[in-house]
Amino acid sequence: MLRTRVIPALLLRNESLVKTRRFGAFTYVGDPCNTVRIFNELEVDELIFLDITATRERRPPNLKVLADIANECFMPLGYGGGIRSLDQAKSVFDIGFEKVAINTYAAEDPKIIAQVAEVYGSQAVIGSIDVKADIWGRKRVYVASGRRQTGLDPVAWARQLEAMGAGEILLTSIDREGTWNGFDLDLVKSVTSAVSIPVIAQGGAGNVEHIEDVVKRGGASAVAVGSMVVFQKKGMGVLVNFPDQRDLEARLR
Amino acid sequence: MSKQITIVDYGMGNLGSVCNMFKRVGARATVTSDLDAIARADKILLPGVGAFDAAMVRIQDGPLRAVLDRKALVEKIPVFGICLGMQLLTRGSEEGKLAGLGWIAADTKRFPSAPDLKVPHMGWNIVKPGAPSALTKDLPDESRFYFVHSYYVRVDRDADSILKADYGVEFDAAIQHENIYGAQFHAEKSHKFGMQLFQNFAAL
Repeated sequence: MLRTRVIPALLLRNESLVKTRRFGAFTYVGDPCNTVRIFNELEVDELIFLDITATRERRPPNLKVLADIANECFMPLGYGGGIRSLDQAKSVFDIGFEKVAINTYAAEDPKIIAQVAEVYGSQAVIGSIDVKADIWGRKRVYVASGRRQTGLDPVAWARQLEAMGAGEILLTSIDREGTWNGFDLDLVKSVTSAVSIPVIAQGGAGNVEHIEDVVKRGGASAVAVGSMVVFQKKGMGVLVNFPDQRDLEARLR
Repeated sequence: MSKQITIVDYGMGNLGSVCNMFKRVGARATVTSDLDAIARADKILLPGVGAFDAAMVRIQDGPLRAVLDRKALVEKIPVFGICLGMQLLTRGSEEGKLAGLGWIAADTKRFPSAPDLKVPHMGWNIVKPGAPSALTKDLPDESRFYFVHSYYVRVDRDADSILKADYGVEFDAAIQHENIYGAQFHAEKSHKFGMQLFQNFAAL
């Protein structure tokens, strides 16, 4: 049977690796290639790189950095950030990435999901959804690195992304991101019970119990982790690490 | 010095990661779509991502098929098909209408649909050893590989199955018959397990 994937989600700010808290408060983490080498040694299941300033700066994917990453990487790789056309997706696949995540431009022009899925298959397309509660506490989809509210409901949007051909959903809680406080289980559950494609839950992982919870109680097929694999502890310095694989496997079985 | 590996570029899938993995294990590998280079090859890697018929059309509609047949069946050099490349080695696939290369007695079938098993079979899965082979030499117990596929291969003769995996049905994750080798998973994305396999192919 398949292992439940626990995926370090690493944030690029063009050429450097950073970590955020609630999509703000950048902390510099280091050089992406050095970090990839460490994750190779740790034999992690998969890596996702998200360039969080590409869309905001209306910049295409930084192919030079992505090529350096792919050359070092002996595990499946996903990339998101600034992809707005089939050609741009192609250039990322050509470098050696297996999956692309599309967020802002799917909301602007949903055809891109179907276009990429048609050529590369659904398994290569991640529909990425960032969610934040509005002032009335309603959960809404945000785009452009959390800068712009769309008015979309996350469950309805996830269903639509699935219908358009996304093979996976990356579901991120902006409110929990970088907080180490655990996942938004209600949000995750609402989406996992509405779609039949795998959902990668992101935002809030602080320890292995949180990971176990979001899989067993939230129904997540995979879990993205950030702060806990790049920092020593909450509020402490950079230390690239990964939970004990055997412990994880026992918990997620 | 080990023999150079010729990676056949027939336009199906990205080959960068495969090259990187060979580089990592210290093997010489070149990517080519040049017919003369393929005709001179000592060892061939047949990659592939995408649809069965689309791949067969590219191989068949031109002189590539005849060259590959000669290398595989007459010269009997080591040929290694990975992912879709392994499925092409079989007689045919439920995914397409065209016949496969038919170099190994096997068929490619679709995973049965089951409510709790999503297709494609995508992710890390543990393999079980089958018949001994130079390709799987020194693989550790509980080796795991990264899979992405909707169709699986089943060989006629159990002796041709060198690794097995389970996803609702048991299927052949790696196969070998004489000089023909195949692996369903993405060995180039499977850490030390994939490295071992690539190293073994390089050492043939």
